[in-house]
Amino acid sequence: MTERENILGRIHEALQVKAPRPGLHDDAREHTDTEPPAAHAREWLPFVGAGVEDQFALFAKNCAELKADFQRLASRGELKAALVKIRDAEKWQRIASHDGELSNFACQAIGLPTLLTDQGYDVQALEKCDAGITECDALIAQTGGVVVTSRSAGGRALSILPPHHVVIARREQLVSDLPAAFAWLQEKYTPDFPSMISFITGPSRTGDIERILVLGAHGPKKLTILCV
Amino acid sequence: MRTFASEFKARATAKTGDLPHRQFIRTALRGYESARDRRKSAFQSWESARQAAAETKWAAVNHLDEHLVSLTSKLEARGTNVHWASTAAQAREIILQILRDKNARTIIKSKAMTSEEIHLNDALEHAGFSVVESDLGEFIVQLRRETPYHIVFPSMHLRRGEIRELFQRELGDTPSDHPEDLTMVARRIMRQKYITADVGFTGANFAISETGMISITENEGNSRLTSALPKTMITLLGIEKVLPRFADLALFLPMLATAGAGQPMTCYNTMYSGPRQPGEADGPEEWHVVLLDNRRTELLADPEQRDALHCIRCGACLNVCPIFRNVGGHTYGTPYSGPIGSVITPHLRGLQDWKHLSSASSLCGACTEACPVKIDLHHHLLQNRRNAAASKPAIFERLAYKILGLVANEPKFWQLAKKIGWLAQPLQAPVKGTFLDPVKAWTKTRDLPSMPRESFKDWWRNRK
Repeated sequence: MTERENILGRIHEALQVKAPRPGLHDDAREHTDTEPPAAHAREWLPFVGAGVEDQFALFAKNCAELKADFQRLASRGELKAALVKIRDAEKWQRIASHDGELSNFACQAIGLPTLLTDQGYDVQALEKCDAGITECDALIAQTGGVVVTSRSAGGRALSILPPHHVVIARREQLVSDLPAAFAWLQEKYTPDFPSMISFITGPSRTGDIERILVLGAHGPKKLTILCV
Repeated sequence: MRTFASEFKARATAKTGDLPHRQFIRTALRGYESARDRRKSAFQSWESARQAAAETKWAAVNHLDEHLVSLTSKLEARGTNVHWASTAAQAREIILQILRDKNARTIIKSKAMTSEEIHLNDALEHAGFSVVESDLGEFIVQLRRETPYHIVFPSMHLRRGEIRELFQRELGDTPSDHPEDLTMVARRIMRQKYITADVGFTGANFAISETGMISITENEGNSRLTSALPKTMITLLGIEKVLPRFADLALFLPMLATAGAGQPMTCYNTMYSGPRQPGEADGPEEWHVVLLDNRRTELLADPEQRDALHCIRCGACLNVCPIFRNVGGHTYGTPYSGPIGSVITPHLRGLQDWKHLSSASSLCGACTEACPVKIDLHHHLLQNRRNAAASKPAIFERLAYKILGLVANEPKFWQLAKKIGWLAQPLQAPVKGTFLDPVKAWTKTRDLPSMPRESFKDWWRNRK
């Protein structure tokens, strides 16, 4: 017998005796297999407001708490101006990005030597870039988070290795809450998921020394989200 | 004779006497508690969320075999190598074999309690591999050659000055004792390690049966880097980590963040469904997922305590436990400490050797109340006490209770015992707490209340 068969056999034997359902007491609510217990998550998670404007306001408030920089921009012109401003303020020398309609526009606007990760790249060169510019799959109002995948954001390393991660998003990419984000991902990618899906909620952080917050533990010290 | 119980007792005595340490830990955990309460109150209904999380885990664990088959077949379909390990030794051997096959020398690790459980670092170093922990707290305790103090905050027992001295001694690099400067020292060192390591090693927080994914939760980004840059990735996964559906994460991720660290959402929550896929820019060429049983199936076979497998390792029960706050994490001598560790360790490592942990509790139930997946922790501690007594009865304790029963049921004996007690009490006072004292286990740290001259019964009889 293989270990797989051994383990599955032990599990099968152990499950011959059923365990009681947890903590129901006087709660008679039953769920069927078509309706998982977590299906109502939206009713219990933090409130997100009613309309898109409320949700943008919540997203902005969450970003501020997370120390992520969020800017809503009215046009491509404003996007260009915002990028140029950051480039000059931080004295960027070289950047990294990936192929995409918005990211290509951003790279042109910045106008610096650009490493594109799509077609294979040198990791040491990526590590020396001042910023990683990526697109994203969704913005989540409830958490102030950004969803990136290995397919939509230039692979796994681009959004985590450079010290400044700049996300360029479209305003219609804002979703209200986590259940909506998961539903959207499932709809978009089933059955062929990207090998990595990452929910990024603020810049990299640690509190491992005396619970004092330090940004940029291993990942980006700065996270900027520009939404047009 | 040194036993696990006597070592526990010795360490607990030393730590409870260390008042600055207790103060330091309590302050840290109070900070956690207020942050957690703030986040909990942002939920529209934390209690409903807990109930749903408990039921979801219940459904997952009670169909564990089906979920593991679904999970592994989906992982394999996308090119992941799945390995099954019944024991810790098998898991270590599987991992060592992968490293040998790949001619690996250096391994970068992100935090994984399962690797503490199977003592992986010792095995790897013994076999001549170089291992670096990338999580800052884990890196600090690795440099100190210590085990993690807490399952979520491994270095919470250390002050910045101690960490500065450690970095000075081990790394020769310390600008100041400011947490930011210390963190940047680790960041600088680690950057090149991610790039040059042959193998990246991770744990996992959840595994999704429906889509064949594992999910990793972290704040620092070290796990993201560990699973992006090295050519080979290894993930060690306890078999109980499954969730049925992808959408379940929408509930579990914010609950883990809230209960674990008082955050609305942990910084990086990342789902992996395979090695680098065609058309993707980077990622490991090979991904090995090692499923670990290590006596989890024995816990599964106990329907009374099966819910202990619901645990998502958030650490909430440790943070609120009055015992943990006073004796500290290292006293337990186990990778999983606090209430959940006291419940599962006797199952994972032997009931008789570890039954003393069932008494490392005030039975206040704070742990059960804090648990986001509603594990009935303090009752499980009582059940472990019962099981330990049933499988190996304590003869003297039994005899003592038998005699007590006899005396208490017979008024004449009771009167006599009271008289003897009243007469003997003045004799006990001068030897209080010494080896001559028959009740020294109690009186060593406490005063025995003095017996009244007249009992209630006598007073009632003699009134007016």
